[in-house]
Amino acid sequence: MLFSMNAIVPLACVTAAALAAMVAEAFRTPGERMPIAPLGLIGLVAAGIATVLLWGHGYVSFNVVAGDDFGLFVTGVLVVIGLLTIAFSPATIEREQLPAGEYYALTLFAIAGMILMAQATDLLVIFLALEVLSLSVYVLTGIRRDSRAASEASFKYFLLGAFSSAFFLYGIALTYALTGSTHLDRVGQLIAGHTFGSGAMETFAVGLLAVGFAFKVSAVPFHMWAPDAYEGAPPVVTGFMATGVKAAAFAAFVRVFMSAFGPLSAIWVPVLWGLAVATMILGTVVGVMQTNVKRLLAYSSIAHAGYLLVGMVSANAVGRAAVLFYLLAYGVTNVGAFGVLALLESKDRPNDELRDLAGLWNVRPGLAALMTVFLLSLGGFPPLAGFIGKWFIFTAAIQSGYYGLAIIGVLTSVVSVFFYLRIVVMMYMTEPEPGRAPLSAPIVPRLAGAALGLATIVVFYLGILPTQLIDLATQSVARIF
Amino acid sequence: MVPLSQYLILSAILFVIGTLGVFVRRNLITILLSIEIMLNAVNLTFVAAGRAFGAVDGQIIVFFVMTVAAAEAAVGLAIVIALFRHRESLDPDAFTSLKW
Amino acid sequence: MQGWLSIVLMIALGAAFAVGSVVLSGLFGPRRPTPEKEAPYECGVPPVGDARERMSVKFYLVAMIFLLFDIEVAFLYPWALSLRDLGWTGFVQIVVFMLILLAGYAYVWKKGALDWGKERA
Repeated sequence: MLFSMNAIVPLACVTAAALAAMVAEAFRTPGERMPIAPLGLIGLVAAGIATVLLWGHGYVSFNVVAGDDFGLFVTGVLVVIGLLTIAFSPATIEREQLPAGEYYALTLFAIAGMILMAQATDLLVIFLALEVLSLSVYVLTGIRRDSRAASEASFKYFLLGAFSSAFFLYGIALTYALTGSTHLDRVGQLIAGHTFGSGAMETFAVGLLAVGFAFKVSAVPFHMWAPDAYEGAPPVVTGFMATGVKAAAFAAFVRVFMSAFGPLSAIWVPVLWGLAVATMILGTVVGVMQTNVKRLLAYSSIAHAGYLLVGMVSANAVGRAAVLFYLLAYGVTNVGAFGVLALLESKDRPNDELRDLAGLWNVRPGLAALMTVFLLSLGGFPPLAGFIGKWFIFTAAIQSGYYGLAIIGVLTSVVSVFFYLRIVVMMYMTEPEPGRAPLSAPIVPRLAGAALGLATIVVFYLGILPTQLIDLATQSVARIF
Repeated sequence: MVPLSQYLILSAILFVIGTLGVFVRRNLITILLSIEIMLNAVNLTFVAAGRAFGAVDGQIIVFFVMTVAAAEAAVGLAIVIALFRHRESLDPDAFTSLKW
Repeated sequence: MQGWLSIVLMIALGAAFAVGSVVLSGLFGPRRPTPEKEAPYECGVPPVGDARERMSVKFYLVAMIFLLFDIEVAFLYPWALSLRDLGWTGFVQIVVFMLILLAGYAYVWKKGALDWGKERA
């Protein structure tokens, strides 16, 4: 019995840290300072070690949580995202007077939900994991209770999130009505065995699940919540939800559609093709018009969801591995970019308008340089992580014969470079407007500095020596699909 | 016995009613109730399908969905209260600090 | 009719407990009436006046906490019914479940969400 628990060890580590954070906050006397952030870091490091130890064993717990390499790869990505997020958090918590215990407990619960979502092999468990992570992130979005924008953002996110969960759940219900099971393997066998045509029930089930996932990964036309939620949340939280939620949702998306609904690919490939094209184009075009950096990065993250969808549509081994690699590259880069924004925020103003960044190079050359690295990686410049990710994805599309997707992807990438470079130009070559107070030089806490350094190293490492991780990603998809 | 297809049609109708409610109603509490109707339409599908298969999974799943719905309602109402304190309004069209 | 006997017993015991506690407290309890105590019971709200007055948010808070714990406890019933089949594995799982709930309860309690009267600093 004990050995069947192996696959949930990473999940258990994070959950235990979350519970400990919550209880510690409960028993804290007002005004007492507690090292809750290190608690979270310990839990995440333990989860990371467990992930490495479980690699290649393929344990399954309770028949619904799989410790296969695919799930573990995403778990590893989530652990890295979680560590960076927690490292950036103390500055924000201090400045905004946020309740630290609740903040870390919610972050850790969200990571636990994400890990479960990446490893679950049963539709019901995927739904539960999705809710655990969503409910935590809704609250994190609105954790600045005195801010009007934050509570509005959190409400919009909640409303559309709950709405999309209902669609997702209805998709599960129809799958269950069709096959009598919610377990992915069983559903897959039954669908393959019955050679279901394009009957109405199958189409509805696949369509509803796709809508549910599309909401969570903010694919056009289900992206409306993303810019508002990203702008209203504190930048650290925005970075966390732009990467972690997306990674977990894409992991489950790939697992559900490629394993259980693989035989129905004739139904879903055209749908995802349309979503991918719309997402890449709208994310890029609207992104060009933004003047707020957080909103700009929100549209950029929508465009990135489009590239990830291209990897899914390709539906070959390269495509799946490319999605995994891209999640890592995009995750680290984006958390880093939002981390810089979080450090630039000051008590009296958010400093998230494009013109606020004018002259950052003179005030804080280090932060400006790091931000440049992250932005160029998002734009897909070699030799950075983003370039390899995009190259990998478009290779997959070309191998499967989706030349149109690859061309649209490359074109939108080129356009997107415009708005990333706009920020860079603002930081290096523009003087602050005369009427506006110049940026005050922020103090960078040691932990946040270390996290920024780590993110930069990973971005360069993935860009210059990607082979090792590409091999890992390829390996991890080869064994299960 | 009522055949499965009729339950499925009923739950589809309920789901559509809930969906329309989310779009049409102009009060946050009513919108939350509409989402609740959607979830219960799904529950009906689960129970009916489970009964048709002669399995209890359907009912067990409904237990989990109810739990999730309760948690969602708690978080949702808490967020609505936080919002109401800033705005003194429950009309979603009043919330325009962020471009929609 | 054998099977119904237990139900009749159950009803009789329930009724006896309800009537008994009212009668006994009437006989032995001290009576110090105040206007509030004499007023018809309306769940803590003044019985006469505008029904559309603002409610304290604490009603909502307690109701929500009740709802959440109530629905979690509902998971115990299916477990209790299949106790024998699940054995020690099931027992350990339900204990873990209850411990997680307990952590939530401790949090709610220590945060003062259950305190009614005094304002917490």
